[in-house]
Amino acid sequence: MIHDTLIAPFVEFAFMRRALVGALALALGGAPVGVFLMLRRMSLTGDAMAHAILPGAAIGFLVYGLSLPAMTLGGLAAGFAVALLAGLVARVTVLREDASLAAFYLVSLALGVVIVSLKGSNVDLLHVLFGTVLALDDATLYLLASVATVTLAALALIYRPLALECADPNFLRSVSPRAGGIVHLIFLALVVLNLVAGFHALGTLLAVGLMMLPAATARFWSADVTIMTIVAVAVGAVSGYAGLVLSYHAGLPAGPTIILVAGGFYLISLVAGSAGGLARSLWPGRHLEA
Amino acid sequence: MAEPALRFDDVTLAYDRHPAVHHLSGRIEPGALMAVVGPNGAGKSTLLKGIVGVMNPASGSIARGPSARRVAYLPQLAEIDRSFPMSVYDLVAMGLWGRIGLFGRIGRKEADRIAEALAAVGLSGFERRPIGTLSGGQMQRALFARLLLQDAELILLDEPFAAIDARTSADLLDLVRRWHGEKRTIVAVLHDMDLVRRAFPETLLIAREPVAWGETAAALAPENMLKARRMIEAFDPNAHACHRDAA
Repeated sequence: MIHDTLIAPFVEFAFMRRALVGALALALGGAPVGVFLMLRRMSLTGDAMAHAILPGAAIGFLVYGLSLPAMTLGGLAAGFAVALLAGLVARVTVLREDASLAAFYLVSLALGVVIVSLKGSNVDLLHVLFGTVLALDDATLYLLASVATVTLAALALIYRPLALECADPNFLRSVSPRAGGIVHLIFLALVVLNLVAGFHALGTLLAVGLMMLPAATARFWSADVTIMTIVAVAVGAVSGYAGLVLSYHAGLPAGPTIILVAGGFYLISLVAGSAGGLARSLWPGRHLEA
Repeated sequence: MAEPALRFDDVTLAYDRHPAVHHLSGRIEPGALMAVVGPNGAGKSTLLKGIVGVMNPASGSIARGPSARRVAYLPQLAEIDRSFPMSVYDLVAMGLWGRIGLFGRIGRKEADRIAEALAAVGLSGFERRPIGTLSGGQMQRALFARLLLQDAELILLDEPFAAIDARTSADLLDLVRRWHGEKRTIVAVLHDMDLVRRAFPETLLIAREPVAWGETAAALAPENMLKARRMIEAFDPNAHACHRDAA
């Protein structure tokens, strides 16, 4: 009975196994990046950049059809371009980075949808907007796994300066003048990489889902970055698995169901979280002696 | 004469071309204990940023001598994101950056030094506390512990005693005196004139332009204070390009 519900779908169908591996890879790479996005107050930046990837991927689609390398390279190029342009506009003009990102992503999203519609059908459009987590081929799985590997290695490498750049950038600059800028660029590159990975499985609209929802969930359970990261990865992985099982039995679309499960974890944590959740602030208990 | 710790050569530091520090020249000797005072907006913090290298001069140059290679900088309290989940221990441990860098492990010796620094500022037992839960004075103590670990030859303090109770500032001032005794060079931005007269032998009075620089009692003479107070704080939006020759 339990076996039938929880394990059989994956034993029986290869596409379910592939989807599970893909979701786990996304959680492994994306959730830690999401934690740092949140701590840098860039949660919405991730969202904006996810949309900005679309026109690049769409041009790849226009030229080569549903080709993994073309859409990946296009998405990466567009993501980097928008990240750098938004930073540049913020530094050179009066517009702040968040406002310029909002401008860029609206234009990008519209442009991407128009480009896909030029050649493709509505099915293709749904494909790029919401992804195809149940149709991941070998190449895509390798891509997702590689992105997760690169992300974890790079984060381990820049962990110390990145945390410092978030908390006390002036101190970092005083001990190492160039580290801050380099670390920021590496981090942005990781964000784009993970968004492109997320794009293949979950589409441009939900790519940030396995990044930000687990991160925001984890914040309600710990005030320690390491523990937060571990919780976020766990929440992402469990959401991926539970979402797939739920979508299989209830006949729901897989990608959105995964995100909904992550959203469920977020809501529960929002209420019950031990580190700053709603219940804690409504019923804090009697005050202590000292 | 020995090489100065810091030499300013006609330095102008500007925001969007408007000068915040205008044509400053002079030198700071190794081992100096110097206060920088002046009205709000006089360019005091900007000067420190120029010395650290966070900001580059619009013209002129700032040279650090061989006795000021290792620099430690205490920014104003407000510039640190205290909502970032970091423990007091981690914050203070980063003072060892010069030694442990990106990957260095905090070994037995380092851990002892961190514990020593925390004890020196009276924060033993605070190791695991997130920095967000500290009071203003406790936070400043933690930042001084980090300065201790940095073991710098040149120490720059931006309003180290602002909004801090008497006991804490007395404790921290003792640390400053200890550094002075160890022949480190110290430059501190301060607002408390009594404290400056009491504890700092040398003072730079600045109001965008340098007003007076030298022995504290002379620099803070009434006529100089009056002159500094007359500084016009607002930028002139129609200001012309400055063509003053290097002195």
